[in-house]
Amino acid sequence: MSVQPVIIGSYPTKLPEFEARLIVLPRLNRIADARSDPAWLRRSLIGVAVVFLTLFIVVPLVNVFAKAFSKGVAAYVAAVSHPDALAAIWLTVVAAVVAVGLNVVFGVIAAWSVTKYQFRGKSLLITLIDLPFSVSPVISGLVFVLLFGAQGYLGPWLQAHDIKVIFALPGIILATVFVTFPFVARELIPLMREQGTQDEEAALSLGASGLRTFFRVTLPNIKWALLYGVLLCNARAMGEFGAVSVVSGHIRGETNTMPLHIEILYNEYQFMAAFAVASLLALLALVTLIAKALLEKRVTKE
Amino acid sequence: MSVLAISSRRRSVIPGFGITLGITLLWLSLIVLIPLAALFLKTTELSFERFVAIVTSSRALHALELSFGLSLAAAATNLVFGFAVVWALVRYEFPGRRLLDAIVDIPFALPTAVAGIALTNLYAENGWLGSLLEPLGIKVAFTPLGIFVALVFIGLPFVVRTVQPVLEDLDAELEEVSATLGASRWTTIRRVIIPVIVPALLTGFALAFARAVGEYGSVIFIAGNLPNVSEIAPLLIVIRLEECRYAEATAIASVMLTASFLLLLLINLLQRWSERRTGKL
Repeated sequence: MSVQPVIIGSYPTKLPEFEARLIVLPRLNRIADARSDPAWLRRSLIGVAVVFLTLFIVVPLVNVFAKAFSKGVAAYVAAVSHPDALAAIWLTVVAAVVAVGLNVVFGVIAAWSVTKYQFRGKSLLITLIDLPFSVSPVISGLVFVLLFGAQGYLGPWLQAHDIKVIFALPGIILATVFVTFPFVARELIPLMREQGTQDEEAALSLGASGLRTFFRVTLPNIKWALLYGVLLCNARAMGEFGAVSVVSGHIRGETNTMPLHIEILYNEYQFMAAFAVASLLALLALVTLIAKALLEKRVTKE
Repeated sequence: MSVLAISSRRRSVIPGFGITLGITLLWLSLIVLIPLAALFLKTTELSFERFVAIVTSSRALHALELSFGLSLAAAATNLVFGFAVVWALVRYEFPGRRLLDAIVDIPFALPTAVAGIALTNLYAENGWLGSLLEPLGIKVAFTPLGIFVALVFIGLPFVVRTVQPVLEDLDAELEEVSATLGASRWTTIRRVIIPVIVPALLTGFALAFARAVGEYGSVIFIAGNLPNVSEIAPLLIVIRLEECRYAEATAIASVMLTASFLLLLLINLLQRWSERRTGKL
């Protein structure tokens, strides 16, 4: 083996710079893909993600629709248009409309009060607004039974005045309002906090009243986030099972919401009918998610 | 009320402070705080010995252990797979990425009862997945394993959605600097990326855990609901309630609610830690 001659004489003055370049050049290449992972890792992580999500989410969802139509379209229509199913759908819509309506009004007021003013205890207040998220649905129903049930604190008084709350529509609405309490406020608070108070202050300094400022300045600023909050709130309100189950009493055609109707059908081994009603709720979930994807772009623009 | 007094630092010119805060506090109290307080008040009607006897009865103890244990296992599973999902979604470009991203939210939007019957049907002996697992001797539906599957399903979005924004915002320069200083890719991930997202990972884990502990709808169909075997704590509360044994329902519920509050406190602390670490406040 012949040793390559080292020509020291050819670059005596430039030595340090040349050496530096020799070292840096390969590193420059590494900077270019400093954030990229090796192909095997990339492929296996994408594979894990796809398989995991398909197995745990896509397959169950497809299963709902496959089972719903397993006996043909006619059987599907018959199951969905059964009087008990229609009564359940109607009750679900009524409870959701009232609950969402209440939570929109109070969600907007709550978001306004925690974002437009400075006061002590604010983060505690936000935590309390979020509280229903971390309470078990069963407990959310139980607390209203303890208040308004026959054995509850207000039970005797309600009975004396012939007012039914538990095992009736008011109980279902109360439980739904509790469960969906944070949805609207939680969508609005981060956005309104970011928007600050300059717009409102400008409107007020130009002579607008407080209410006019809200309707003409604040509301247009938050309308897409509000719509987004309403959609999420509605999806949860229509789908709530545990809390409503505890307060409803499961009276067929009377206090049965769609999720409860699904449970009854399923327990009676009417699987296809159960999945037919379930497919309506699954469809609602999909529509909500598509609307969410469309709205998200507008919300980020706000 | 005095805690919520207007701070002297800055008084807002926007009118309506008193009325909006008043309505918020009133509504919050009526719908959330007073009903939850009623639960604790009802619990105090029990003597301490009776409370301990109820909560430590073998059936209640088993239900609580099952709920907390399986929730922990499900949250840990979601931590691992959720991290893989979030990494793939944020860092890689591949066909169907946006669809996959949208799919993650389905457990949030799908009603629990629908998820419950779908999973049960799927993992039953004659179901699509159950019939594949049957020859291997694995039974999912009507066993604690089924409960685990349901809890993984409902907890899945929490880790992904909590970590995603943090990983997206992670400064590319941090990794580049790390690489130019000679760190291997693995060292960069371990010493630069992981420390930044650890608080978010833990927050997602705690959220998934908290959700799983109280979960009812998606679990009761697949669980089989055998006392001392596959009976979760929320179901035991419902059973006691239907038997009109209010004291027992209330005692178990107050244990679970206290656990929820502690978890909420932990989540808040974790979020603050995460905000400090990512420099967002």
